[in-house]
Amino acid sequence: MNASLSREWDSQRQSRKRRLEQAAALGFGKNIPTRKIIALLEAVILPGDRVCLEGNNQKQADYLAESLAECDPARINQLGMVQSVLALPSHVDLFERGLAKRLDFSFSGPQGTRLAKLVQEQRIEIGSIHTYLELFGRYFMDLTPNVALIAAQAADAEGNLYLGPNTEDTPAIVEATAFKGGIVIAQVNERVTKLPRVDVPADWVDFTVVAPKPNYIEPLFTRDPAQITEVQVLMAMMAIKGIYAEYGVTRLNHGIGFDTAAIELLLPTYAADLGLKGKICTHWALNPHPTLIPAIESGFVESVHCFGSEVGMDAYISARSDVFFTGADGSMRSNRAFCQTAGLYACDMFIGSTLQMDLAGNSSTATLGRITGFGGAPNMGSDPHGRRHASPAWLKAGREANGPNAIRGRKLVVQMVETFREHMAPVFVEELDAWQLQKSMGADLPPIMIYGDDVSHIVTEEGIANLLLCRTQEEREQAIRGVAGFTPVGMARDRRMVENLRDRGIIRRAEDIGIDPRMATRDLLAARSVKDLVGWSGGLYSPPSRFRNW
Amino acid sequence: METLNFRFNSKPAPPAADPALCGVVGSGNLEILIRPGDAPGVCQVRIKTSARGFGEIWQAVVGAFAADHLAGGTMVEINDMGATPAVVSLRLAQVLAEYRGGVQ
Repeated sequence: MNASLSREWDSQRQSRKRRLEQAAALGFGKNIPTRKIIALLEAVILPGDRVCLEGNNQKQADYLAESLAECDPARINQLGMVQSVLALPSHVDLFERGLAKRLDFSFSGPQGTRLAKLVQEQRIEIGSIHTYLELFGRYFMDLTPNVALIAAQAADAEGNLYLGPNTEDTPAIVEATAFKGGIVIAQVNERVTKLPRVDVPADWVDFTVVAPKPNYIEPLFTRDPAQITEVQVLMAMMAIKGIYAEYGVTRLNHGIGFDTAAIELLLPTYAADLGLKGKICTHWALNPHPTLIPAIESGFVESVHCFGSEVGMDAYISARSDVFFTGADGSMRSNRAFCQTAGLYACDMFIGSTLQMDLAGNSSTATLGRITGFGGAPNMGSDPHGRRHASPAWLKAGREANGPNAIRGRKLVVQMVETFREHMAPVFVEELDAWQLQKSMGADLPPIMIYGDDVSHIVTEEGIANLLLCRTQEEREQAIRGVAGFTPVGMARDRRMVENLRDRGIIRRAEDIGIDPRMATRDLLAARSVKDLVGWSGGLYSPPSRFRNW
Repeated sequence: METLNFRFNSKPAPPAADPALCGVVGSGNLEILIRPGDAPGVCQVRIKTSARGFGEIWQAVVGAFAADHLAGGTMVEINDMGATPAVVSLRLAQVLAEYRGGVQ
């Protein structure tokens, strides 16, 4: 006796139809006049909706975010926001003005302090803090948006979209929304009669609006070589000779700090002198870092797939289509979901930096009073148990960790830090601030960026610790103390045990890998200024004005 | 300004003809001069630093340098503008290598 369930099976489609009718009743067609956007948002967004606000490291749907924040909280409220990055003041205004209640996100960056304050005042309910791939995954499971507010470069009259080089998160957001009864609204920088290429077809897009000014883009991935220190050069030399060369790392992702920028700038000089061209760093999952230009021009790099673009790099990328992924129109095609997937499953190494690391190797960028989130680093900085294809680097790391008969390989996850940050704040600590932050947030878990059991190596100015070779928890702890320099954690090392680890090659100092400290000067950098980078690019790289001092 | 003086036992460095100088006095940096000292088994260190209150960490950093290197029979003079221990250790290694003319 199975009575068939009595319910509507197309309620989402019906809701969508009513919203579109509401907009039509107000006289809205597909192309919304710029000053009318608030009226449209109030017509198609309902209280309690789940709204995805697009914005990530590069482009931000800033006009739609500001407009949503200006809507009437009596009409729109109780929203559940799902978004990659909480970056703009308007993102936080939504909660302060009572429009939104709940937040699921990945990264908060500059708004981290305001966010922590709202949490303490209980004016925001945080669902979870995700990595990008997790959040995208949940868009297709239990966090599917009712409404997506996205950013594109241009629209044509029908509503087809061209995303330009900063594709980023748009395909994942639009796919989840448009095919599950949701409404997609795009802000565009311009309307054109013919798009260079169609990135999103018009029938996935409900409304477009020309923003009063082009969407905001931050040059987040530009590191001025002039600021790279000699300690960073020394650490980069150790990483190249002691890790990249020894494992033969060809496929990799770099973090965005000066430490890894130094490595990029040593490829054409130091790494080339070591005979490593063609043997390391050939394939990248990476944003188009300007500091990678000299390595590309030197023939080190075969391929780079990008999460997004970088300000000033567009002409250079177009002119290097053998290296970068570009459309038939010549401009770059990025895609965060695919690049994160490449970083997770197709890279042999991730190397990045952190603000704090504990004695188990857990690291976190969350510090007291600041909720920063994770972004994509944990996708790259983790050893994926779903990987099945082998490579020399992956096999060697796996055998170091689990012996010669290991049945799987291992990703190299390298943390590269100076032992002290600015103001003599130690990076190595007995307990991460993340634990106290967990309590103040009432969260299920401490916000740990990279779990210690995923970390394979730690590089500091004092040397390299290979955690794969540690056989006990105690060895691991002493290996970490043994490269923690003159921080309290480093000073509390067991000297005899650290010397023993050094004898076994678990800890290696610069001299142990044959590095002359006198070579660690800025002269070793292939470019010592942004102007040098422009020179390497043959004038194709056009840095933003803040990086021009000539 | 603070002036710190230390003496550490260290295995004798091969004698060098000329003093060596490394680094610059700039924010977050330091300059180090190394020259022959008065006792073969001792590394004598004088530090003038702009940052007060870091005597203990200086002792640890320079002490570790003297213990890990052949630095006996030297006088090391440091003018510091708030360099981190990482920079200090690198400069010490650089200036000693320079002083010994690459004999490691």
